[in-house]
Amino acid sequence: MDLSSINPVLLVASLMVASTPILLAAIGELVVEKSGVLNLGVEGMMIVGAVCGFATAVATGSPALGFVVAAIGGAVLSSLFGVLTQFLLSNQVATGLALTLFGLGISALMGQGYVGVRPPSSPRLDLGPLSDLPVVGRILFSHHPMVYLSLALVAGVWWFLRSTRGGLVLRAVGESHDAAHALGYSVVTVRFAAILFGGACAGLGGAFLSLVIVPQWTEGMTAGQGWIALAIVVFASWRPWRVLIGAYLFGGVTVLQLNLQAAGVAIPVELLSMSPYLITIAVLVIISSDRSRAALNAPASLGRVFHASK
Amino acid sequence: MSRPDLIGIDGLTKAYPGVVANDGVSFSVGRGEVHALLGENGAGKSTLVKMIYGLVKPDAGQMTFAGTPYAPGSPNEARATGVAMVFQHFSLFEALDVAENVALGMENPPPMRALASQIRDVSETYGLPLDPTRLVGDLSAGERQRVEIVRCLLQDPKLLIMDEPTSVLTPQEVEILFETLRKLQSEGTSILYISHKLEEIRALCDGATILRLGKVVATCDPRERSARELAEMMVGAELRTPTARSHAMGDVALSIKGLNLRSASPFGTSLKDISIEVREGEVLGIGGVAGNGQDELLGALSGELRAPRDAILLGGAPVGHLGPNARRKLGLLAAPEERLGHAAAPNMSLTENAALTAHTRKGLVRNGFLDWQGARAYAEEVIRDFDVRTPGPGNAAGALSGGNLQKFVIGREILQKPKVLVVNQPTWGVDASAAAAIRQALLDLAAEGAAVIVISQDLDEIMEISDRFAALNEGRLSAPVDARGLTLEQIGLMLGGAHGMEVAHVGEETAI
Repeated sequence: MDLSSINPVLLVASLMVASTPILLAAIGELVVEKSGVLNLGVEGMMIVGAVCGFATAVATGSPALGFVVAAIGGAVLSSLFGVLTQFLLSNQVATGLALTLFGLGISALMGQGYVGVRPPSSPRLDLGPLSDLPVVGRILFSHHPMVYLSLALVAGVWWFLRSTRGGLVLRAVGESHDAAHALGYSVVTVRFAAILFGGACAGLGGAFLSLVIVPQWTEGMTAGQGWIALAIVVFASWRPWRVLIGAYLFGGVTVLQLNLQAAGVAIPVELLSMSPYLITIAVLVIISSDRSRAALNAPASLGRVFHASK
Repeated sequence: MSRPDLIGIDGLTKAYPGVVANDGVSFSVGRGEVHALLGENGAGKSTLVKMIYGLVKPDAGQMTFAGTPYAPGSPNEARATGVAMVFQHFSLFEALDVAENVALGMENPPPMRALASQIRDVSETYGLPLDPTRLVGDLSAGERQRVEIVRCLLQDPKLLIMDEPTSVLTPQEVEILFETLRKLQSEGTSILYISHKLEEIRALCDGATILRLGKVVATCDPRERSARELAEMMVGAELRTPTARSHAMGDVALSIKGLNLRSASPFGTSLKDISIEVREGEVLGIGGVAGNGQDELLGALSGELRAPRDAILLGGAPVGHLGPNARRKLGLLAAPEERLGHAAAPNMSLTENAALTAHTRKGLVRNGFLDWQGARAYAEEVIRDFDVRTPGPGNAAGALSGGNLQKFVIGREILQKPKVLVVNQPTWGVDASAAAAIRQALLDLAAEGAAVIVISQDLDEIMEISDRFAALNEGRLSAPVDARGLTLEQIGLMLGGAHGMEVAHVGEETAI
């Protein structure tokens, strides 16, 4: 066992990278749930984003274009969910589960020709002297641009929900769709837009996985990260900054336990492998342990079907 | 009426599948007039005001506003024209604060800080103090309504529509509301006022239009008619007043001793040290403004919320720890306030709903299997005895009108011959004739020797049927007093007066 082989600077830098797919998917899902929609199809949208982004990047040689198409792919898949739940009033839980299964299936089909292909590598940010700074340079100034985008999204969503009129309307729709409708807001429009945003974010998260982290395409490569993102939104009691904590905690413990395994620590591998799930859930449960406060932040209309005639 | 018309309505018609909600409705409201819209449940009042507010499009007919044609496509257009509305079921968001709620009802709200000071200004001017930073979920019903009114006032409406504004207010709060409305009237604002409370309408309104089954049946000056005449015009038949049969009080049927109970909901009210006794043959009325612990009290009595074993005694035996079915078996039955989803399952048939609460006392379960024939027969019995208007027991509960479903829900409990029956808001949103029938049934039940606890926000109802009265305020129950000879003013004071009238008192507990 040699714990000195673990470099804390690299650990922090790699946890930020490892957490980004979950963070992207979770911040998108937070907006969706704040509008009162429960979309359980995050996993499906992520993996469709992963394959769309991968295929585009391979075909065009441009990772940036890959990310754009990944976001569009995720949004298109989520629009299917939107049409079914918002216009055809189908059950959100069942539709979301179906979306995950559908996404896993169609991504496998689309990705058949891409197994074993290497995508074009995406450059890290290089700010010259800043990136060369010891410790800080590695942690703050030399990541993939998507890492910064994900942090900007968290800040943006927080600001949007807290301070803008659009955010207020979105929260109002999630709180009581009947009251929002009575005041003349279009519940379906707001929710559809939120669903599209959630799909695009999940797609970006998936593409980050297939283009930057792994980087290659394998079937089912999201491996449950979409579900983790969903859980983090709930345990973070629908607060953007807590979503960030939850995602980084999960990513951090994942990276740490891999490092520990590599260092040969005398803890059974099974325990190490389950530790990210246990620790993330335990910490977020403790943060949100005041049940009545958590209920206050939960969108009261979450998962309820809205029909204007009632 | 010599006032020029502000809004004219001509031949408005709106049909839904199977029912014509409005059939050629025509009337007008003058400038600065307070006009009442009267009618039973299902007479089409709500549909009519929704059309004026742009929420529903009429099938036929025209409206004019200040002389120009008016056909709002959405509430936003209606608000831009100068129509504002205070809803019956509050259109408020509990998890948002007062300023946010107000902003959501405005077209172009100023920045939050400016809005907060505007809210303070307007609310002080009209004597409706409000703190813009408080969460609406923490406000009393009266304060919530103030939020709705202030939201309307900030837009300088020319026409203010109020759908049953006083049903949740204490008498003192009603007085304050009326003063605000008279002030608005003197400034030239027209008000379209919907209420079931006819005495209020006689005190406030200059004109009245009466709807029955979607048609205008009369237009009159309410001050020249008695409340009884108005009610009979609404119903189209003579009205019977509930009468109590003489009956003797028996032994203590139910007693509560020092009951404390934490509310499970973040906006609920916890029960604090509640003690009271009810005797056989007695009707105990428990009054209080919504949100003072009514739901929790009903839950504690029905068994939905478990209490300490000895806190609730039924005929001397402790039942606090028992669940609803065990209590039903012993004769303690309850009918909660919310008809759809609490007292009845909306998508299940009346037969199934009858079986849901009556299976223990009516022996509808044999060897673990439901006796559907027995359940159907029981549902039919309830429908017959309580004059529930429905095609049959196979109909879904949610398809019944409010009044009919309420008769079914109450009848289902009464026909199980309870020893103690607890009802919450037995006639909420129910029209005059159905309400009279329900009250009569409760009085008859008491006359047969059962103890009846009526939790209600309708003080007239409590005065009409109860023997003793106690007030529920912030989760505390006052000592009961004899209901006869009690004046509305005394009751209002027992209920804590005008809630939150002094800003300083907000958040503190009021001693009774």
